[in-house]
Amino acid sequence: MSTKISNQLERASASRDGVAVHATDLCRTYGEGDTAVHALCGVSLDVPTGHLTAVMGPSGSGKSTLMHIMAGLDKPTSGAVEIDGTEITTLDDTELTKLRRKHVGFIFQFFNLLPMLTARENIVLPLQIAGENVDPDWFDEVVTKVHISKRLTHRPAELSGGQQQRVAVARALITRPTVLFADEPTGNLDSRTGGEILALLHDSVETLGQTIVMVTHDARVATIADRVLFLGDGEIVRELPETTPEEIQKAIQEIGRR
Amino acid sequence: MIRFTLRGLLTRKLRSTLTAIAIVLGVCMISGTYVLTDTINHSFDSLYQEIYKGTDAYITGKSVVKNQYSGMGIMPSFSQSELAKVRAVADVKAASGSVGSAACSVVGKNGKVISTGGAPNLGYSIDPSIPELNTVTLVSGTWPGKNEVVIDQATADKAGYKTGDIVGILVNGPVHKMRLSGIIKFGESNGIMGATLAGFDLPTAQRLFDRQGKLDSIQAVAKPGVSPERLVKELRSALPKSMTIRTGQQEASKVSADTSKQISAIQYFLLAFAGIALFVGSFVIINTLSITVAQRTREFATLRTLGGSRVQVLGSIIIEALIIGVLASVTGLFLGFGLAAGLIGLFRHLGLELPQNAFVIEPRTIYVALAVGIIVTLIASIRPALRATRVPPIAAVREGAALPPSRFHRFRTVGALALTALGFVLLMQGLFGKGMTTAQILTTLGGGAVLIFVGVALVAARVIKPIATAVSPLGTAAVALLSVLVWPVTYVIWLIRRASGRSPEFPAVTPDGAMNSLALANSGRSPERTASSAAALMIGLALVTLVAIVAASIIGSFKGAVDSIFTGDYAIMPVNSNSMTGTPIAAADEVAKIKGVESISSVRFGFGLVYGKSTMVTAVDGQPSKVFRLKWKAGSESTLDSLGSTGAIVSDAFAKSHHLNLRSGLKVVTPAGKPIYLDVTGIFRPPTGGSPFGDVTFSAKTFDASFQDPANMYTLLTMRGGESDANSKALDKALAGFPNAQAQTRQQFVDSQIAQLNPILMMLYVLLAFSILISFVGIVVMLVLTIYERTRELGMLRAIGITQRQTRRMIRHESVITALIGGALGISLGLLFGVLLVHRMPYVSFSMPDSVPYVPVTFPGFELVFFAFATVVVGIVAALFPARRAAKLNVLEALQYE
Repeated sequence: MSTKISNQLERASASRDGVAVHATDLCRTYGEGDTAVHALCGVSLDVPTGHLTAVMGPSGSGKSTLMHIMAGLDKPTSGAVEIDGTEITTLDDTELTKLRRKHVGFIFQFFNLLPMLTARENIVLPLQIAGENVDPDWFDEVVTKVHISKRLTHRPAELSGGQQQRVAVARALITRPTVLFADEPTGNLDSRTGGEILALLHDSVETLGQTIVMVTHDARVATIADRVLFLGDGEIVRELPETTPEEIQKAIQEIGRR
Repeated sequence: MIRFTLRGLLTRKLRSTLTAIAIVLGVCMISGTYVLTDTINHSFDSLYQEIYKGTDAYITGKSVVKNQYSGMGIMPSFSQSELAKVRAVADVKAASGSVGSAACSVVGKNGKVISTGGAPNLGYSIDPSIPELNTVTLVSGTWPGKNEVVIDQATADKAGYKTGDIVGILVNGPVHKMRLSGIIKFGESNGIMGATLAGFDLPTAQRLFDRQGKLDSIQAVAKPGVSPERLVKELRSALPKSMTIRTGQQEASKVSADTSKQISAIQYFLLAFAGIALFVGSFVIINTLSITVAQRTREFATLRTLGGSRVQVLGSIIIEALIIGVLASVTGLFLGFGLAAGLIGLFRHLGLELPQNAFVIEPRTIYVALAVGIIVTLIASIRPALRATRVPPIAAVREGAALPPSRFHRFRTVGALALTALGFVLLMQGLFGKGMTTAQILTTLGGGAVLIFVGVALVAARVIKPIATAVSPLGTAAVALLSVLVWPVTYVIWLIRRASGRSPEFPAVTPDGAMNSLALANSGRSPERTASSAAALMIGLALVTLVAIVAASIIGSFKGAVDSIFTGDYAIMPVNSNSMTGTPIAAADEVAKIKGVESISSVRFGFGLVYGKSTMVTAVDGQPSKVFRLKWKAGSESTLDSLGSTGAIVSDAFAKSHHLNLRSGLKVVTPAGKPIYLDVTGIFRPPTGGSPFGDVTFSAKTFDASFQDPANMYTLLTMRGGESDANSKALDKALAGFPNAQAQTRQQFVDSQIAQLNPILMMLYVLLAFSILISFVGIVVMLVLTIYERTRELGMLRAIGITQRQTRRMIRHESVITALIGGALGISLGLLFGVLLVHRMPYVSFSMPDSVPYVPVTFPGFELVFFAFATVVVGIVAALFPARRAAKLNVLEALQYE
């Protein structure tokens, strides 16, 4: 094992006690006056480093809004977000973008790879954008982890859905972001392929110390999480530690009845 | 169906508008051209009607020879005794004879000739005693008496002359100083289109124009109740056969028709450029409609799943194209009116006043402009529409926006290559084929060019990737260079922005490699689309390059010709370099008197009938061997010195086509109908850049004896000491009495001749700029549509860390690549066309047999580099608006875009 990788593992164990994202009293309101919609109201949470946090809730609960705000893609109406100690709500667009490069990784539901680039080019894209060099050892490590080494020269059109998503995971990991946001990462995949992706995500948390926040509506998907937060009507209403699908399902139903 | 289409159009206002611009500009050119030329034509018509309205019969000498360049007949003057014969005819109420000249200049108070911007300097005799025949009215003062003059109001105002002033009149010798007895006005508005008008009494005019005892024309008024036709018949029997007699109406119509011919030549010229603009526009429309249709694949598929038929899909697109076509054509029509009005106003501002203020909009203008605009749009929409019908209903549920390939897709490359090859065949035929009229040659050349453009555009799609890869670094370098040059400006803008509280990014000049490679990859995604946009620009650039090469070659060979022929030190030339009237012989005589002049020789010019054809002939005096140097097939420079009264030299092409050798006989018929018999004593080879001599040259003595109003086209001289300030001063002093002649050194001569080309070049470039503007719009449209298509992708890129500036740079580079592809193809084709055309130019333009050597090609290096940079600038500017749009996309909304 190279020194770089062993460093990574050391960091993994060391960082298990820090806070990657610190959100305080987030509110997000759309519209004004009588027709105002309160998507989020008074949400505070800490995303611990080296853990996988799942955010669940029925549609309209504000879970996507919460993720967008924490990722710096949207500005809250009030409240603050800190990523790795930096307050992001006051940053302008360019500074925010540059911060996203270093600290935030994304995996979307629809694959969002660039169709004219090969898998390799898609994976190193964030580094290229930042003008940084690719560490060949780290690249090999990531690519091996997601099991895509044999398909690096293929274009997205030549890859299956699962393979495309794996490329997306590799792209998200390559910059070693402070936090990786995954929005319904398996929503477009069949259960077996989806399971593979989830295993990858879980593995990156365990062996690489990656911090992940995952938004999902699927109880089985949420089982890989270390912690599950439930949102209802714009607030955090329940929290569960790593648990079974049945427990999660029950919790959802309870919230739904409220 | 129509409602569906209309609703669709409205939601895509931006796209529809941008598509329409291409047609608007082309139609605007058509309607503007027609209105402008119709108005000018009408003005001349009314002018002539005005001139001849009181004239029942118009009598001139018979014209045997035409001015080769203007196509107008040269009418010789006749004896004054004919006037008495006219007056003796019973039905003649009154008759008046007059003389006139188109080379009678008015000299301003500063001693310089009052310029007319190309309009003639008219002078003629006025007879106020017959009101029907007098077309001018006295504004102030009195009619001119002996040695007096009246001038038109506009000229008087321009020069600041008042009744009673002494005015200089310049005809063919030293300036005559005459008293201004009054100021006249022509017709109602004094609209003579910038010409100067000087009037005299008959004896004074005859003296001035060297027509003592002669007249140029007689106008007669019939007694009441006698028709002009009857009068003409009676006059014919009273006058000799050598006179031409027409009714006033007929004369007006004839002159009007002559002018019309010239104007319609201009009209076809301008319409050709409008055609080019529409050709480019059709590329833009096809491209835009293809993209729009591709983006609406889901929509069409949904329509089909709901039971819509293919015909309905086809109909929807055709209707959309029709609506755009109609709206664009109507807009273009009215814009064209405005363009014509603007141009007429510009002319007025430059002193070219049109007699009528009427604005002529013929029905034909409306029909043609609308029809052409609508038809071009419809034709352009056929292919995308047909492809849309092949969208299967299942596409409604699939991702991606790609039209199914058309049935002929496989044959595309082969077909394109075949088309290009056919185009070259036509081009070669037009250039090298024999026995075609000018019109046929132009049509063949034009058709060949069109096919080549279309073929290359189709083939380009196949090779877009390699071309893009090749031009991308050029674009990067050019943009970096331009950024450095513009940096001071962007730095100041940055400071201003910072001062106003914002924190903008520091202006950088280093290229962003990652963005550039993304842009390069993007340009290869839809090769057809990129190729089509690039091709539109290619057309304009090819033509501009062609013009530049042809002009540079003409100039290059002209310079070569001057260097080879002109061995003198100075030339005496008209002040107005495109004057067709030359300099007075007296000016050369005056210069010859200067002490330091070693040798001097002048070249006269005129038109005569040679072998039944009106040809320009020249004559030479003085010591030509000392100032001219020619290449000879037979004879030498000393032949020119010893022409005598019957000697003549001819060009070798002329000799060959008429089978002439030394001592062959030759006949030239003067405009007066008099034959001159000459013997060939020399045969010379004119250089490809031209020579001062026409096909036939004889002695000035013979010329002056037989031709009316002899004048010099060139006078060359050598002086002791060569070119020097002292010599220049001496020459200027000698020419002080001849304001329309100037002394030029060889360099000045070359420069002033070349300068005549500049207005023509400028006009050509401006006309082609319309086409380039249309292709520019095409690139903007393509970018806007492409960005719209990639909305989600752009959102993703922004999410993973591309800043707004990087987004702009990526779009900009994609635009620059597209433009440079067009530029590379265009400049290459232009170079090819240019070399071919220049090679065959003498043949194409003068229809001479093959023995005329071809014009060597000069490459306009500076212009080519300028065009290349201009292409990059087009790319940068085209990207400004789309790049901003892309950068300003809300990331979140973009990510969730469906």
